[in-house]
Amino acid sequence: MLTFIVRRLFAVVGLLLVVALVTMVIFYEMPQWGGQTPATMAVQYVGKQPSPAAIQGVIHRFGFDRSFPVQYIDYIRTIVTGTTFSDGTQDIACHAPCLGYSFRNYQQVWPTILSDLPVTLSIAVGAGVLWLFFGVASGLASAVRKGSLLDRASMVTALLGISLPVYFLAPLLSLPLAYRWSILPAPGSYVGILSDPGQWFLDMILPWTCLAFGLAALYTRLTRAGMLDVLSEDFVRTARAKGLSERRVIFKHALRAALTPIITIFGMDFATVLGGAVLVEITFSMKGIGFLAITSIQNGDFPMMMGVTLFAAAFIVLANLLVDVLYAVADPRVRL
Amino acid sequence: MTTILEPGSAPAAEPEAAAPPGEAIEGRSPGRIALGRLKKDKVAMAGGVTVVLLILIAIFAPQLCSLTGNDPYTTHTKLIDPNLQIPSGGFGGMSSRHILGVDVPTGRDLFARVVYGARTSLGIAGLATVIAILIGVGLGMVAGYFGGLIDSVISRTMDVMLAFPLFLFAISLSGVLGYSAFGLTGNALRIVLLIFIIGFFSWPYIGRIVRGQTMALREREFVEAARALGATDTRIILREILPNLTAPILVYATLLIPSNILFEASLSYLGVGIRSPMPSWGEMVNEAIALYQVDPEFLIVPGSAIFLTVLAFNLLGDGLRDAFDPKAGR
Repeated sequence: MLTFIVRRLFAVVGLLLVVALVTMVIFYEMPQWGGQTPATMAVQYVGKQPSPAAIQGVIHRFGFDRSFPVQYIDYIRTIVTGTTFSDGTQDIACHAPCLGYSFRNYQQVWPTILSDLPVTLSIAVGAGVLWLFFGVASGLASAVRKGSLLDRASMVTALLGISLPVYFLAPLLSLPLAYRWSILPAPGSYVGILSDPGQWFLDMILPWTCLAFGLAALYTRLTRAGMLDVLSEDFVRTARAKGLSERRVIFKHALRAALTPIITIFGMDFATVLGGAVLVEITFSMKGIGFLAITSIQNGDFPMMMGVTLFAAAFIVLANLLVDVLYAVADPRVRL
Repeated sequence: MTTILEPGSAPAAEPEAAAPPGEAIEGRSPGRIALGRLKKDKVAMAGGVTVVLLILIAIFAPQLCSLTGNDPYTTHTKLIDPNLQIPSGGFGGMSSRHILGVDVPTGRDLFARVVYGARTSLGIAGLATVIAILIGVGLGMVAGYFGGLIDSVISRTMDVMLAFPLFLFAISLSGVLGYSAFGLTGNALRIVLLIFIIGFFSWPYIGRIVRGQTMALREREFVEAARALGATDTRIILREILPNLTAPILVYATLLIPSNILFEASLSYLGVGIRSPMPSWGEMVNEAIALYQVDPEFLIVPGSAIFLTVLAFNLLGDGLRDAFDPKAGR
């Protein structure tokens, strides 16, 4: 077990290095392939009318004057060991994990991401519970009562769910619920859970619902298909033949087998949302990591965007690891 | 963002299993049998008809717009209430001349914009799907057929790509290049970028499925027979295996188009895709979302366009999958 985890951790590090490489290529090399020069790239990072010396300074600071492998190694080394930046007047210590320094708003990337994480975490946890529960429950009910009215209704709902983008569903729900009847707070309102838990919960209902609806729809379809497969397997017939109650057959035998692939996908989806629920955060003006990503890219704040991307990738990769370990614990057939 | 195409749920159509009793003597190709099944599926046919209509709308956008005498770029500022900053007369400014109303704040005709938006959405999603299919089918077949080191490299690449924060990469890629690059500027650059980004990020799903299918087909007798006859690998891949993959490729291409439409609309909605004045449904939602409390009509038009289009493609795709593989999902 331990060697497995250690081996997987090496794979995690390798994967993160690849993600960092791709991120570097996107931000440092792509613009140059597209026809930009280090000077024109540097201009994007400094003020409106930069002096040639300021441009040179920025080129040097971002390492545009060095070769790409050197820039890459520098970036990785900065993350691991930290570094000291100079903004011209004073030195700024950036401790590990140092994801860089934003020359747009003079903030360090890592603390900014950490300060935005609670909002994204609030969205992810609540929505995750909702979409996993409702997705699996309705998929299960559909599979067990296949062809019934319930099955049809939940399949139609699921189809609507996968076809409705968040940014259309959100206004459709907020218009009556928040604006006409004022049952729920209007989009854009957000209070931290620590300052007012009740208000936090009310504020989160619409974002949770909007994010969870589409994903629950997907999980309904997956669970239903998985359950239908499992229900026709021999071991289910054996369990029935043994005289077990139908409830026991479905929950204890069939659902358990059908749930394993769902858990894998849930790990990935949940991690993706943790790395920024971009569409929900933008639609509801919630300043989480996805919101940070969009404002960074719109402001040309590339160090920030690179940090967010790496951060999001780390979540996905770690979730993969976690799912693999859980698998090994839960499923006796998986040998490590 | 998460499109999960259940892997392995669409094995190549088994002709012997598909022949209905009583008609077994009449020889029918699997494709024909599937088509027959599809025709009986009313919901899928409704989706298919809608898809054809949407494609026709996209192709004949200029002719359609000339019926009402509007184009998507002309502004009609007189139709906007100067005090409220919404279309005057209610209902988003609907009139016999502007049948879906006008947008805010410049008063461009919404019908014309949504019709031209179909060109943008379907064009970008369609071409991106073609790219994804080309890469996915090519690499998937090579990996599945040759196995060994080639397979490990390609499969690893697919695994790594599935572990990427693809949406953030796509946002970064569309944002980092600025206004001009590769000799293209503005929306021309963004269209090309979107096609390549979306296509490049959606091939691993197809690649995985094709790889699995190819591995199964590789062991079949007809491939062995071809090999015994001295056929080259290229010939076996292109002439023996590829024709047997048309059904799953068709199904997953149809299911990939709606997710690519959503991908493009989402990027444009976030302001990193197509931008005004070029009409795109995502861009229209982006402009309308701040105003929907006072002018819901402006949002409902492009929002419904995205919804109905994605729904139609999903219905058709589901129907195709059921038709080619009746065991899956029924």
